[in-house]
Amino acid sequence: MEIHLLELLQGYYLQLFIAGTAMTLRLFFASLFSGFALAVLLTALRATGIPVLRWVIAAFVEYHRNVPALVQIFVWYFGVSQLFPAAIRNWMNAQNGEFLFAYIALGLNVAAYMSEDLRSGLRSIARTQMEAARALGLNFTQAMRDVMLPQALRVASPPLVSQSLGLFKATSLAMAIGVAELTYSARLVDSDTFRTFEAFAIVSVIYLVGSWSIAGLGYLLESRLRRAGSQ
Amino acid sequence: MIVFNDVQKWYGPLQVLCDINETIERGEVVVVCGPSGSGKSTLIRTINRLEPIQSGRILIEGRDIHEKNVDVNQLRSNIGFVFQSFNLFPHLSALRNVMLAMLRVRKLERREAEERAMALLARVGLEDKAQSYPPQLSGGQQQRVAIARALAMQPPIILFDEPTSALDPEMVGEVLQVMKALAKDGMTMVCVTHEMGFARDVAGRVLFMDRGRILERTTPEAFFHKPQHPRAQKFVADIRHA
Amino acid sequence: MLELLQTYTPWLLVGQYPSGPIGGLALTLFLAVTGLVCAFPLSVLVGIARSSESRWARAPAFVIVHIVRGLPVLMLIFWCYYVIPLLFGRSVPGIATLIAALIFYEMAFLGEVVRAGIQAIPKGQIEAARSLGLSRTRCMLDIVLPQALFNMIPSILSQFINLIKNTSLGYIISVEELTYFGHQINSTVLTRPMEVFLMVAAFYFVVCFSLARLVGWTERHVRRRRGNLIAQGGEQ
Repeated sequence: MEIHLLELLQGYYLQLFIAGTAMTLRLFFASLFSGFALAVLLTALRATGIPVLRWVIAAFVEYHRNVPALVQIFVWYFGVSQLFPAAIRNWMNAQNGEFLFAYIALGLNVAAYMSEDLRSGLRSIARTQMEAARALGLNFTQAMRDVMLPQALRVASPPLVSQSLGLFKATSLAMAIGVAELTYSARLVDSDTFRTFEAFAIVSVIYLVGSWSIAGLGYLLESRLRRAGSQ
Repeated sequence: MIVFNDVQKWYGPLQVLCDINETIERGEVVVVCGPSGSGKSTLIRTINRLEPIQSGRILIEGRDIHEKNVDVNQLRSNIGFVFQSFNLFPHLSALRNVMLAMLRVRKLERREAEERAMALLARVGLEDKAQSYPPQLSGGQQQRVAIARALAMQPPIILFDEPTSALDPEMVGEVLQVMKALAKDGMTMVCVTHEMGFARDVAGRVLFMDRGRILERTTPEAFFHKPQHPRAQKFVADIRHA
Repeated sequence: MLELLQTYTPWLLVGQYPSGPIGGLALTLFLAVTGLVCAFPLSVLVGIARSSESRWARAPAFVIVHIVRGLPVLMLIFWCYYVIPLLFGRSVPGIATLIAALIFYEMAFLGEVVRAGIQAIPKGQIEAARSLGLSRTRCMLDIVLPQALFNMIPSILSQFINLIKNTSLGYIISVEELTYFGHQINSTVLTRPMEVFLMVAAFYFVVCFSLARLVGWTERHVRRRRGNLIAQGGEQ
């Protein structure tokens, strides 16, 4: 079995791989940032203790944890899109609607998982911290923002990095609705050139570089925070 | 029976055992004491090769324990070791804890192993706890089971590494009682301990260690009333005030 | 929504059976169970290798685990889809490919769980076992593994839940599991995709949520049985 790596690493095919990588990264960062922001909000809301909020957010989290991500993407892409009138639907299709729905689905998914990690992080910070903050005269929001959440974030960073890694790999699911990300481009190049091994190998290497970078960053973060925390 | 010949040991740049030369005779009960970090635990852990040494020789009954053809598992099965933190196997009953080595190392039949194990548990006063599991036992009971377990292989020597230091005060007595009975039966014992009462009652010799060296070796009487080395004097004075 | 449920539940549960091969949720569960059962012995080996003292054991296990965990499951599936027919010299049904991919995936993840379980056993117990004269193998078989595997039961269950969710990727290679049938039904009904896919989601939800509850129960049970390891022996 000869290996024709170089054929694929130039010209048109190289463009395809680059485009795929770019799309993967776009989807990843968009979902990551939105998801994280939403997770922080959800955690803070849940911590207020208001029963309705807790219930709704708990349901939100349980839905996203117990349904496969792929199915969640389908619910958005096939299901929710159908709820819009035809005109809007056509506009969305023309405007890369697949990306939008994949972004929404993955963003919500990662938000659910991250809010759980933040919630356990929060729980591990002694209640006395909150009491001390309130005793100083800070209101709930300020106490959350300046005292509780920063500490919760520190404790929760390893699982949060873990979730980011999961999200990075989950972007590959978007190919099922036609998003031209990296796995999609692997399939594309394969069907075009029949150089399956080379195409898959190139894409795998790219994924591994991404995954290992995230994991490496997480490891660095962990040791930095551990050192800082022991002062 | 146990001979230390010019033994040296380092942890990286730090020397934890210096110029150890000592002989322990059969049937002796030797207590090793000293301040924290003196190397006393390290010393006895070298006897069953839980800790390696960098230089010197350790002989047991004339044989160098670090020789190439020494089967370390055989060696260890002939030396009993009792740990400060008991280290019982929580997923096995007390009886099975004692039986395990008999079955696996001596390859005894189950019935015989069970009988011997029950006898050992009786010897430490715990035959009614044979079916209990370690989390269900008190610290003192666990340590006594650990002693029975160490006796399972009928070793000629038993080493004790601070056997009562992790126990609540009211349980120390029951463990010391078992150890004294062993001494009376003629067992060769090397004990790292702070229990000076035990040393006075039962030990034939006390070795005082500080910073990796054996600084004084004498009878318990002499050690507690008239320690010679200045650091030994400080140690004995500190203990009295505790 | 209810008539949809009534009409199509049998499809979603067992696919085309009895007038065809088993599919739907039944197939999903079959895939997950098979994947877990086959991967389990492999993952114990990987876990032991990863926590071994020998570099020759640790290194290959390290590489395998990090490669499998660094790739999306979908890529693993595509790799198996490509490589397995090559290995066997003939075409292989999608189900086999999917199971193979799930086994690789699980071997790596569960292997890490095993490793953590092994490394969580207090060193003092290993010292005690070695001091009795037990060989390294005996120590692993009699002392470390029995405890580690029991302690791991909740994590194994959690991994099982993940496997169930990952079977949904079978859709992409036309394996007739639950998600695939969701699509089939959607193509038949056409006008109510939201309800169809929410139905599929509901099926997964019921299964996974119940199992998650079970995980919590086993966690409490394990903790009760093992007691608090720290409390039972002073300092380690």
